[in-house]
Amino acid sequence: MTDFDVAAIRAQFPILRQEVNGHPLVYLDNAATTQKPESVINAIADYYRFDNSNVHRGAHALSDRATEKFEAARQKLAEFVNASSREQILWTRGTTEGVNLVAASWGASSLQAGDRVLVSAMEHHSNIVPWQMVAARVGATVEPIPVDALGCIDVEALAAMLDERVKMVAVGHVSNALGSINPIQAITTMVHDVGARVFIDAAQSVAHWPLDVQALDCDFLAFSAHKMFGPTGMGVLYGKRELLEAMPPYQGGGEMIESVSFAGTLYNKLPYKFEAGTPNIAGAIGLGAAVDFLQGLDRQAADAHEKALLAEAEAALQSLGGFRLVGRAREKVAVMSFVSDFAHPQDIGMILDQQGIAVRTGNHCAQPIMDQYGLPGTVRASFSLYNTADDISRLMAGLEKAKMFLA
Amino acid sequence: MTQFGTDVTSDDIIETLGFFDGWEERYKYIIDLGKELPPMDAAGKTEQNLVRGCQSQVWLVTREEGGKLYFTADSDAFIVKGLLAVVLAAYNGKSPAEVSAFDIDGYFEALNLLKHLSSTRGNGLKAMVQRIQAEASAR
Repeated sequence: MTDFDVAAIRAQFPILRQEVNGHPLVYLDNAATTQKPESVINAIADYYRFDNSNVHRGAHALSDRATEKFEAARQKLAEFVNASSREQILWTRGTTEGVNLVAASWGASSLQAGDRVLVSAMEHHSNIVPWQMVAARVGATVEPIPVDALGCIDVEALAAMLDERVKMVAVGHVSNALGSINPIQAITTMVHDVGARVFIDAAQSVAHWPLDVQALDCDFLAFSAHKMFGPTGMGVLYGKRELLEAMPPYQGGGEMIESVSFAGTLYNKLPYKFEAGTPNIAGAIGLGAAVDFLQGLDRQAADAHEKALLAEAEAALQSLGGFRLVGRAREKVAVMSFVSDFAHPQDIGMILDQQGIAVRTGNHCAQPIMDQYGLPGTVRASFSLYNTADDISRLMAGLEKAKMFLA
Repeated sequence: MTQFGTDVTSDDIIETLGFFDGWEERYKYIIDLGKELPPMDAAGKTEQNLVRGCQSQVWLVTREEGGKLYFTADSDAFIVKGLLAVVLAAYNGKSPAEVSAFDIDGYFEALNLLKHLSSTRGNGLKAMVQRIQAEASAR
């Protein structure tokens, strides 16, 4: 392990100090959602305790304060992903809403009959279904980019698929089911060469290393607050300015309008054009606090710590026997997806739960890749920066017990 | 093979589970019940008999004989298969009216073990019970 001070990090997460089914909790479901540090919990509580008010309606002091904090969070997020302006940071409910917004607004106004949208075969359903919905409406197609047996996008196959009918390529930065890190920089360059747009689902990468939307040159990028130590129901959609300016509003309501009359309505400027209704103010402030938490860390050391955990866990799993890793990409985040040769993933998850160990089992909302591999699903242990070598020992002991029960 | 509902009734299961202290014994017993479940042949494992809403696959076949309902069920997961045996012990060989009248929530409560399991959508127990109740009320 590295000299990363995991004990000091862990101490900031109150939820980890509890027993589940009579055992100290081992939380290994971080790809589903990460836990929240004290600073994020306090930021949300303090907002409701001291500042709660509606934003942008500034007739009084509380509203001014709420608006200031809310917009400061937007500025913080713009810097966090290196967007060129805060107007390109749109608040959403999460990654899923980000995909839906782009598919419904950009897709419905830019896609035509015969156009092609490409998504990788290992995408989360969230990055497949919204494209299928708009494609069905306009007569476009959604086609899978092949993924190999290791869990890597077949970049050559993608190159062969690209033609002038391809208008959008939507790929995950990191696979939620397998942990594979996709070569999105190379993919973006290839896709731009044929004049198509790139949407990056960064839900599974945002917690692991700094993102730079300008360096990536992606057209859109979306992520969720709750997978990066922030609150649920909150997310960010980044888009290139000229695209966002040209796109029609996604939903109608308050906040997104400049003026309303029955003769015609004028829409507000960016980012408000896409933010109908009272926003998740506490969520934005909580997300801002999550960014502060991440920026306060030595992120390289955190990444090295997670990678060391993954290497240790994968080695330990293989020496147990009876288990097989699923997803062997060389570049992976700390996600260990696996199956056993003696029981269903759900059986293993239930036995682990009885021992206070939280993992995810199932198809991980990525049925196409599970079908391709002929699996009913996998067990997924996903590590975060607060996990320890002791968590891995507990997982392995838990799996030994599952084997005893079920094999 | 054990006939659930006659050889092993819901009362038997409540009584046996009451003897065990720890989760390990309870889970072992449930898994063993699953192993005693009469097998379902491949012909029964159709798309139509698949119960949706489960992480694991669950199939249910219903048969009516002399005014009583008989169920065959199977799953690709051991613990779920055991839970199916627990459910069939309550329902097999009962008339549609008896099936509808059976207090399944009270049964799960009495089992204790199932308090947590029965509230989890992923194991398909609820979906399975709903399917059985729908079969009964349709007759």
